[in-house]
Amino acid sequence: MIDISIVDYGSGNLKSVYNSVKLCCDNKHGSSKIKVTSDKKTIDNSSHLILPGVGSFKSCVNGLKNKGTLFETIHDNISSKGKPFLGICVGMQMLFSEGYEDGKTKGLGLIPGKVTKINPKHHNYKIPHIGWNNLFLKNTHPFLNTLEKNGLIFKEMQPNAYFVHSYSCKPEDKKHIILSTDYSEEISAMVAKENILGTQFHPEKSHSFGLNFLKSFLSWNP
Amino acid sequence: MLKKRIIPCLDVKDGRVVKGINFLNLRDAGDPTEQALFYSNSGADEITFLDITATSDNRESMLNVIEATASKCFVPLTVGGGIRTVNDIDKFLRVGADKVSINSSAVSNPKLINDGSRIFGNQCIVVAIDAKKNSSEKGKWNVYTHGGRNDTGIDAVIWAMEAEKRGAGEILLTSMDQDGTKKGFDIDLTKKISSSVSIPVIASGGVGTLEHLADGIILGNASAVLAASIFHFGEFSITEAKKHLYSKGIDVRMDYE
Repeated sequence: MIDISIVDYGSGNLKSVYNSVKLCCDNKHGSSKIKVTSDKKTIDNSSHLILPGVGSFKSCVNGLKNKGTLFETIHDNISSKGKPFLGICVGMQMLFSEGYEDGKTKGLGLIPGKVTKINPKHHNYKIPHIGWNNLFLKNTHPFLNTLEKNGLIFKEMQPNAYFVHSYSCKPEDKKHIILSTDYSEEISAMVAKENILGTQFHPEKSHSFGLNFLKSFLSWNP
Repeated sequence: MLKKRIIPCLDVKDGRVVKGINFLNLRDAGDPTEQALFYSNSGADEITFLDITATSDNRESMLNVIEATASKCFVPLTVGGGIRTVNDIDKFLRVGADKVSINSSAVSNPKLINDGSRIFGNQCIVVAIDAKKNSSEKGKWNVYTHGGRNDTGIDAVIWAMEAEKRGAGEILLTSMDQDGTKKGFDIDLTKKISSSVSIPVIASGGVGTLEHLADGIILGNASAVLAASIFHFGEFSITEAKKHLYSKGIDVRMDYE
């Protein structure tokens, strides 16, 4: 039985994330519960946590902070309770120490590093980085084994995932970059640290690859 | 490598697809969700819905279309037509749209671009520009609104730059001269706009052959190409289009099967 909380702080893409998780559950986990919630008790009782995010780093952090103790609740569930966690797009960026969109803002600080604007070397690299781009294996992490069970073997393939962002994560320790993509510079596409996963790409918009990725997350027990 | 995108566009009237694909394996060719699912499973990189409903009474039907589609179709969805306020944008994003495309209302109320991108992020604000050659000045294009009926007198290049500055995440550029002709994109226009802004430009209007799609990307420097009729009438599949682009050295996403 898995009990998934999708954290609700007014982010625009909640519905898409909910829809994709629901489809994964319908196909696989007979007795799973999915909640779109900002309630502390529900989040505390959940087994898996997903933090979506679109918009700016600052507006998303403020969104969490304006919902009572949500910021602290998430931090606690990830760090002390050690639950499997997936941050998507700005939900991933907020894991870092600080972001520089709309001025400097402190994030959850669970992965040391910064979130800075992509600085393309050539005007042919349009910003935002919008569209499908390949994922390359950079470092190892236990979650890769779960992905392999679902047929996503990154040693052998560089699948396309859907990106839309102008800022990218720069972990202090590069070993936290598990998958990268290339857009004028190396971009952190998936970061991981113990029970914490973050994807810059949108699995909920990445068709069959994305659904497979989400299924893997839902079956992951770190 | 970032892939060049192919985006089929579905015209929706009163909640039903107009001029949709009519393949045998579709149970209901007028059902927007079925059409979108067909396209996403056959390699569409995104799907755009354009609401051409004439009366505002039936606009609510588009919300149902997006809601139903977003629950089955896991590629980015854009919706355009009749979006006038921040509240309209909010409603579509809430039911599962990823982006909204705004056209006439962005011209009459440019602040909508600022407000929309500030509240929801610039990734979801697409400014659609309908441009037509300026008859008195060569190499210039005017912005038209209200489905091409109204010449605003605004220069299309200047308007594209302003839209970017106000927070647009992408430009959807349609040539009114080429639209419906099947003679290809207006390459000069596409190139001019694309080199004037640093956000992605989606080329639209005039596609009749697969070569036209390649021209829009190679000659027009578009990040994505949008087409309706060549896909709807089954002339070409998305896969055929991608194979053609690939043969021209263009990077496209092929790993969807």
